[in-house]
Amino acid sequence: MNASGWMQLALYVGALAAITKPMGLYLLRVLEVDGRTWLDPVLRPAERVTYRLMGVDPAREHDWKQYAIAMLYFSAISCLFTYAILRLQPHLPLNPQHLGPLSPHLAFNTAVSFMSNTNWQSYGGETTMSYFSQMVALVIHHFTSAAAGIGIAAALVRGIARQGVRTVGNFWVDLVRVTYYLLLPLCLVYALFLVSQGMIQNFAPYTAATTLEGRSQTIVQGPMASQVAIKLLGTNGGGYANANAAHPFENPTPLSNFIQMLSMFAIGSGLTYYLGRLTRNQKHGWSVWAAMLLMFLAGTLACWAAEAHGNPIHRQLGLAADGGNMEGKEVRFGIFNSALFATVTTDASCGAVNAMHDSFTALGGLIPLFNIQLGEVIVGGVGAGLYGMLVFVVLAVFIAGLMVGRTPEYLGKKIEAGEIKLCMLALLIVTIDILVFAAWAAVSPWGQAGLNNAGPHGLSEILYAFSSAAGNNGSAFAGLSANTPWYNTTLGLAMLIGRFLMIIPILALAGSLARKKMAPASAGTFPVHGGTFVVLLIGTILLVGALNFIPVLTLGPIVEHMLTLQGEVF
Amino acid sequence: MTRYGTEIRAGVVATLVMGLVCGGLYPLVVWAIAQRLFPAQANGSLMVDGDGTVRGSRWMGQAFAEARYFHPRPSAAGTGYDAASSGGRNLGPTSRKLRDAIAEGVAAYRRENGLADDAVVPADAVTASGSGLDPHISPQNATLQAARVARARGIPEADLQARIAHATEMPQLGILGEPRVNVLQLNRSLDAHGYFASDGPRRD
Repeated sequence: MNASGWMQLALYVGALAAITKPMGLYLLRVLEVDGRTWLDPVLRPAERVTYRLMGVDPAREHDWKQYAIAMLYFSAISCLFTYAILRLQPHLPLNPQHLGPLSPHLAFNTAVSFMSNTNWQSYGGETTMSYFSQMVALVIHHFTSAAAGIGIAAALVRGIARQGVRTVGNFWVDLVRVTYYLLLPLCLVYALFLVSQGMIQNFAPYTAATTLEGRSQTIVQGPMASQVAIKLLGTNGGGYANANAAHPFENPTPLSNFIQMLSMFAIGSGLTYYLGRLTRNQKHGWSVWAAMLLMFLAGTLACWAAEAHGNPIHRQLGLAADGGNMEGKEVRFGIFNSALFATVTTDASCGAVNAMHDSFTALGGLIPLFNIQLGEVIVGGVGAGLYGMLVFVVLAVFIAGLMVGRTPEYLGKKIEAGEIKLCMLALLIVTIDILVFAAWAAVSPWGQAGLNNAGPHGLSEILYAFSSAAGNNGSAFAGLSANTPWYNTTLGLAMLIGRFLMIIPILALAGSLARKKMAPASAGTFPVHGGTFVVLLIGTILLVGALNFIPVLTLGPIVEHMLTLQGEVF
Repeated sequence: MTRYGTEIRAGVVATLVMGLVCGGLYPLVVWAIAQRLFPAQANGSLMVDGDGTVRGSRWMGQAFAEARYFHPRPSAAGTGYDAASSGGRNLGPTSRKLRDAIAEGVAAYRRENGLADDAVVPADAVTASGSGLDPHISPQNATLQAARVARARGIPEADLQARIAHATEMPQLGILGEPRVNVLQLNRSLDAHGYFASDGPRRD
């Protein structure tokens, strides 16, 4: 853990803090149906035409059920659209490598994966997907699954901020406005920046090169920058190449890497400011942000320390002690930027990787895994992070209420049995989703057939896969051969359950809170800002995460750490 | 239309419009501007000889094995540095396969570069990168290979050390990333500057 790492960490945190308020203020305008932005002259007409084609009245808001139904219809229809493109790939344009159709189970897995903002990649990127599939079938979900997530978070925040109403916003308006006003303009600039750093953006066939030693090398080409920009900004994570952001084209320089890490947190961080603004309690917004930041720093430092310390088994063989664990990492990023990226991508439900998590040390790999299992609420996926975090906020307020023996209140609204049931439902569904599927895979022949590593690391590979799928993250302990009918199907189901069975209770919570009246704060009201609240919130998150997952983590990464110290291999 | 009919229509139209705008218009606009502003980068930062032969990309490592070239890191991309099939070894910390591969790599590295049997080996020299295409090695790794390359090319090692120092990229903006040496660029510069000529090196 060297000085250059500390400086880069300080720079990262500083930059994140600096963009949070401007992003929040912009979100405030985007998520308001008649919010003004400086892009209005260009985009307002396009927005109006889109509503007209869709037959949507932007002024008519949805109650929570209508919002959920619209979201489900859109998800199902766009998922079918992607499935069809992937199956028909050889008959569609922009396929210079003549790649064949995806198998039905792989197409199902991929379509579900991108629609649910998971972006788990069972396929091999450059060896599987035509340019058309990448830029149309996948990129549409990069945008819309992110926009849907932001919309759902906004619906929940509206539910908290409003009183005595039934409606929480219009799904179609949120979808269109977030895509047009927020994601597209940012991505346009961002993609061009990425190209300036060395990322490709073309439609040429793969290039045949003759290496200096006279061998032939085929160099991948295609429309990469446009996809990578939204992959990070929308915390999707579904990369262009198999190696994702470790691929030198997909993340050419340390500067591109820095901006990629920042963009994964940008919108999620801004949403906490949006929360503060809408609930007229900016201290609450910043307190939620502070809780996220503290947990992010703890994860980063732990992961960095483990990777910098390296693997004693390998050091014994004669590796330089100061080199750390470089297996699966790129020289241009080194230990620190690989550890930071791994922490950010799993805090953020992004799933892009610039190093192979499967080859991290046991404890270094534990951090990304545990981050996902905590519910990806540390900044979190765009929207998904905030609505996940607000579930914990409600729970923390409830626990505080029980401790002092008062009816729990959140921003003036009574938290009652109904709300707590919905919160617990949202939390438990993901936990059950992860543990049941992982347990099934661990004891079944199809589950074990996919393993690339034996011993406790094999269990970690399975556990990571289902945590990543259920948590809609998409990163992997990539040694697992997941492109089999069994894994594609079960992981696809885990993604669907993790996304939608969580969203529905959350929208119900939004609807239930919107209907309630606010009572003025009294002397006994537990304040939702300040140090006590931050500690209580972090405590709640860690408690739930630890109770659910420490047993299985003990059998995987923790046992593996002990074995590394003893020099045991499998 | 029924209420659900309305939502289905909205969903179908939204899918088509978003497909067109996000999947068609957006990548095309990025493509058109990028090709104008950054044509070299947008097309893969290719290294092309005078006769038009593409010799590789600045960002794609190559599987150098001859003694006169600096060697890259081990690669798990295809059969090694397959730039159309990226990926890592994905072996975990307690993997026997990984331990054996690293042990073999350490022995080979010491042998090739004439190092002592207990010499410490730079971590990047025997570990595979995440992409399998890592174009860089650490400056320490390059320095340790200089003697071998100098011998194979019949030139003084000091010249090569100076060239390595010259080729070392420092952290970007003075702070981001690690010091590194681009193997392909370094090797190509050796060829280009006649460092393989028997009558000794030519200066640039």
